[in-house]
Amino acid sequence: MSDLAARPEGAMVGAALPHESAARHATGTAVYTDDLAAGRHDVLTAWPVQSEHAHALVSLDVGPALEVPGVVRVLTAADVPGENDAGAKHDEPLFPAEAMFHGHALAWILGETPEAARLGAAAVRVGYEPLPSIVTVGEAIEAGSFQGIAPTVRRGDAQAALAGAPHVFEGVSEVNGQEHFYLETHASLAHVDSEGQVFVESSTQHPSETQEIVAHVLGVPNHRVTVQSLRLGGGFGGKEMQPHGFAAIAALGATLTGRPVRVRLTRTQDLTMTGKRHPFHATWRAGFDEEGRILALEATLTSNGGWCLDLSEPVLGRALCHVDNAYWIPDLTVQGRIAKTNLTSQTAFRGFGGPQGMFVIEDILGRVAPLLGIDPAELRERNLYRPGQTTPYGQPVRHAERLHEEWARVRAESRFDERRAAIAAFNDAHPDVKRALAITPVKFGISFTFTAYNQAGALVHVYKDGSVLVNHGGTELGQGLHTKMLQVAATALGVRMSAVRLAPTRTDKVPNTSATAASSGADLNGAAVKDACDQIRGRMAPVAARLLGIDEADVRFAAGRVSGPDPDGTSLGFDEVAEAAYADRVQLFAAGFYRTEGLGWEPGAMQGHPFKYFAYGVAASEVEVDGFTGATRLLRTDIVHDVGDSLSPIIDLGQVEGAFMQGVGWLALEELRWDTSDGPGRGRLLTQSASTYKLPSFSELPDELNVHFLERATEDGAVYGSKAVGEPPFMLAFSVREAIREAVAAFGPEGYSVELGSPATPEAVFWAIEAARAAREATGEPGAPSTPAAPELAGLPAAALRRR
Amino acid sequence: MDDWTVTVNGRSRSLHDVAPHTSALDWLRAQGLTGAKEGCAEGECGACSVLLATPDGADGTAWTAVNSCLVPAAALDGQEVVTAEGLGTPESMHPVQAALAAAGGSQCGYCTPGFACSMAAEFYRAGRATGGADASTDDAAPTDDAVAFDLHALAGNLCRCTGYRPIRDAAEGLGVPDADDPLAERRSHPAPAVVATSLEAGGARFVRPASLDDALARLADEPDATVIAGSTDWGVEVNLRGRRAPLTVAIDRLPELRAFAVDDAGIELGAALTLSEVGRLLDGRAPLLDDLLPQFASPLIRNRATLGGNLGTASPIGDAAPALLALEARLVLVAADGEREVDLAEYFTGYRTTVRRPGELIRAVRIPLPLAPLTGFHKVAKRRYDDISSVAVAFALDVGADGVVASARIGLGGVAATPIRARATEAVLVGRRWDLDTVRDAASVLGSEGTPMSDHRASAEYRALMLNRSLLKLYRSARPEEVVPA
Repeated sequence: MSDLAARPEGAMVGAALPHESAARHATGTAVYTDDLAAGRHDVLTAWPVQSEHAHALVSLDVGPALEVPGVVRVLTAADVPGENDAGAKHDEPLFPAEAMFHGHALAWILGETPEAARLGAAAVRVGYEPLPSIVTVGEAIEAGSFQGIAPTVRRGDAQAALAGAPHVFEGVSEVNGQEHFYLETHASLAHVDSEGQVFVESSTQHPSETQEIVAHVLGVPNHRVTVQSLRLGGGFGGKEMQPHGFAAIAALGATLTGRPVRVRLTRTQDLTMTGKRHPFHATWRAGFDEEGRILALEATLTSNGGWCLDLSEPVLGRALCHVDNAYWIPDLTVQGRIAKTNLTSQTAFRGFGGPQGMFVIEDILGRVAPLLGIDPAELRERNLYRPGQTTPYGQPVRHAERLHEEWARVRAESRFDERRAAIAAFNDAHPDVKRALAITPVKFGISFTFTAYNQAGALVHVYKDGSVLVNHGGTELGQGLHTKMLQVAATALGVRMSAVRLAPTRTDKVPNTSATAASSGADLNGAAVKDACDQIRGRMAPVAARLLGIDEADVRFAAGRVSGPDPDGTSLGFDEVAEAAYADRVQLFAAGFYRTEGLGWEPGAMQGHPFKYFAYGVAASEVEVDGFTGATRLLRTDIVHDVGDSLSPIIDLGQVEGAFMQGVGWLALEELRWDTSDGPGRGRLLTQSASTYKLPSFSELPDELNVHFLERATEDGAVYGSKAVGEPPFMLAFSVREAIREAVAAFGPEGYSVELGSPATPEAVFWAIEAARAAREATGEPGAPSTPAAPELAGLPAAALRRR
Repeated sequence: MDDWTVTVNGRSRSLHDVAPHTSALDWLRAQGLTGAKEGCAEGECGACSVLLATPDGADGTAWTAVNSCLVPAAALDGQEVVTAEGLGTPESMHPVQAALAAAGGSQCGYCTPGFACSMAAEFYRAGRATGGADASTDDAAPTDDAVAFDLHALAGNLCRCTGYRPIRDAAEGLGVPDADDPLAERRSHPAPAVVATSLEAGGARFVRPASLDDALARLADEPDATVIAGSTDWGVEVNLRGRRAPLTVAIDRLPELRAFAVDDAGIELGAALTLSEVGRLLDGRAPLLDDLLPQFASPLIRNRATLGGNLGTASPIGDAAPALLALEARLVLVAADGEREVDLAEYFTGYRTTVRRPGELIRAVRIPLPLAPLTGFHKVAKRRYDDISSVAVAFALDVGADGVVASARIGLGGVAATPIRARATEAVLVGRRWDLDTVRDAASVLGSEGTPMSDHRASAEYRALMLNRSLLKLYRSARPEEVVPA
């Protein structure tokens, strides 16, 4: 086992500890960015003036705003001393002259109170010269409106393979976007300190990039700006690139007024201004042999990137690298492109394109299984990767056997076959309600595909009293990173958990950090923390050896004691050794660093080893569908997921369950509706509040949820043998969508292929049921009377599945 | 008189200079009590949940969870509030907080204080657990219904991180309050008295009249005043749409509006009773309302929202109206010059307009008895808990011993500018045998009632079909003994 993966005896990693802030969360004493501003009377509030057109040249008359009592200042492009830009791609003017989407912030009002700032924003007179706008992917395709790269993943000759395939299917799959709906909306609080340092508290997943954007807007070097991220009330990718502009507004306001300035978006501002998961549109042709083995796939994926590039390119890249999900596809050509539209700038969201890529293959398998006459579970199992196979982009699928092990375990533990038989009997007895049980796999690549991001730093201090302070470059979004880092530090130094404290993440402690994203937080920062701790322990060991009169190689650090090989022999307190080391003039602090080894990726060719390893999971879900309304209920889900050797089981279990439920929301409930009409509201987000955008509540929790980790799953290439866990379980939710599809199929004739709208809301499910019933009626089988065909609004795929 | 005060976590705090539009949430946060969070500012997420000491219907107090974003701070004058900070501290957590923390019930933690308050309200619910001498010990798992935690208590709280399973486990593992639990003990004393309030700040006034006569007199003088009861609708207008009222009159605690009476002729429900109170007081007397109430928003809303408010705003998607239409409810309207009674079916005149005159209040809702034996409330929405109806259908049918429909009343929401009666469908049903042929005929008529529209919740076509299917569903689900009395 590698030094990185090996665990010492008595390791604190692996202990089932609650979140390090759990007690403060529960008692309301955990502090979030905007809590810092509450009750302070010197803080100004910034409020945006938002565009009421999807695309227009704008002119501003801010005079009336300045007449509003309590308005202190209006921020416009003229106030920017540096670059008028809020994005890493230099295509996001902080103060635009051209409104690029409905809701685009055009100017910001600083007020003594939120009320004054709000009224000031309402008083600004905005002149619009409307320009043509593009809202949907379809419109963008028709208009040829694209942006950024258009990569292709290719292996073999898909065209030739399709020409020779016994069964070829083609179709269109469309998947919706998703709002992050972190419970804490975007927030920033900035002030300029006595030394001229611009200090920004920001709810950001990427403090270093926030720092860089603030600095370039202010026209100052990065060293003048410090960004601190206390803790986030949820991020999910939505605070990877989106916070920068808000932090810049707060910082600009603070430098211009000399007073602290806060930005805290209302929910509607957050929904209408910030990016979301990319919707995707895919056209595809897939070939199968007589046994249902996939022979070839050709597909074109088009994402709706919104008005600027943001993270659309890497999101698309990851989508293309996950079209295979967990299946061997010998010949494949998948092209991708990014539509440029007048919507919010779509951005990172848990899975980062992976879910959208997998959606395509899972939709294909779910649709063609009945046409092939093969049980979908059987079809999926037959196509799972086997050891020795490689992905279309050329990376060996290491540990492919884990997929099969998990598959078998989920089938056994969920009593899959037995319950399926019971479900068949239930369905025979219930004409109006149908159930189904479906099983799906996940294979998800871990590492940033932007290779430079696969590095991290940490700064660890051991004080003379033996207490330890850990800084690292990752941010705490609720995923439990800080808990894991405390466990890593306690393990590496051999001290008790109570001896270690973790300081809030800030850019003046650890510089040039990567985003806390791509599930990589623990892998990268954990290895960096371990490196720093290993250095310090390495320097303390000779001191302890001298004090204990033993060989340096025999010194052990465990549970706050330092001893020789015999645990019952003489020992010293960690604090005593620290004190002695200080007296010996030994450095008791260290900067740790880690870079992921073994990565090699050619983004142009889309070939290589972009991932350190894959995380695997399998889920089986049972749903019940109401034939009257299309409403679904999730009855039971069984999951086996691969987290390597867990660093922190309660944390990892929470990630698996939470990701799964968020995936269920994406696939079966959450619906972003935009005004696609030609009316005056064109481009406006219609679901712009919690009352219209519904995320999962208690009612979506399955009655029974069984989650197990894959056992004996050490990942040799990651810290203490663990695996990343934030994103992969999100895609376990495909089991729910496929179960809904199969339940709908039970309303139709034998061998009926179900096209299911996405999200599978009650209405979308209802229309699918109606189509299934109509098909049954057409075959002369008994069933409920059918009704008119689905309207466009139901969001069904435009092109029908055709068999050739 | 300027001694407006609120007791928060046992400490008295002044409401001086609080504007009428300021929510309890913003006021608490400005006091430095930042445990309550704003997640949506419209009562949908529960991150702002706090506990209010409210009358328990006897002489004691109930700890009632509410969305503090929708409660005007001024409405708290003289009242008692407990926030997550008041339940416990990191060093000495409240049992619900300890359970949440230990179970992994928090990840980002932003929603957690709100969950703690909703859980605490259920923890202290009278009838769930008596506490006192036989309080269970730490390791005693709840075993019977008296102790069981009703998870519906958490239906108004959203969590984006955990997926809810650990929160469910934490809730279901709760015991009963310790004998010396101060909040449990507080329940045995009366709730704070209602305080007549008159408060002015920033050019706007907030008034809580001392009596119905006071209220009516003021409304006669100033008929444009904004009248609020639970403020669950007005609070959204204030927070999301920036509406401000020069004068806000709070009527939710007027005793004349909080009557409950049952006699042979009918049930009278005070318009200012909260929906939670209505459910408790009815105690199963009106099965249609028992169907409705758990589907009406969330407990955090039902703890504040009133029937009078739901009918006063006259929203076409308010869920109370369809049910009350099916029950042939009548409204008692009261003004300074006297009372009148109107049929609810005659009450709505257009989109959010009614026959209620300026200065007139809804005093009570009267439901005639006996009730039709076959009832059902069908709500179609995207989400099962805490969602707004795409379509709501309420049925109240009477099928005689001969199997013939003797009477039929059907109320509809979400398919027209107002809640409506499905009179054409009713006419098809009455006098015909209650069988599949009749139901199919009637369902096809029901599917053409109203003028449903397409919006972000549902398409017009789906709404119309849901009307159609609701009658079929009622027919399929009706038990024979409910349909034809023996």
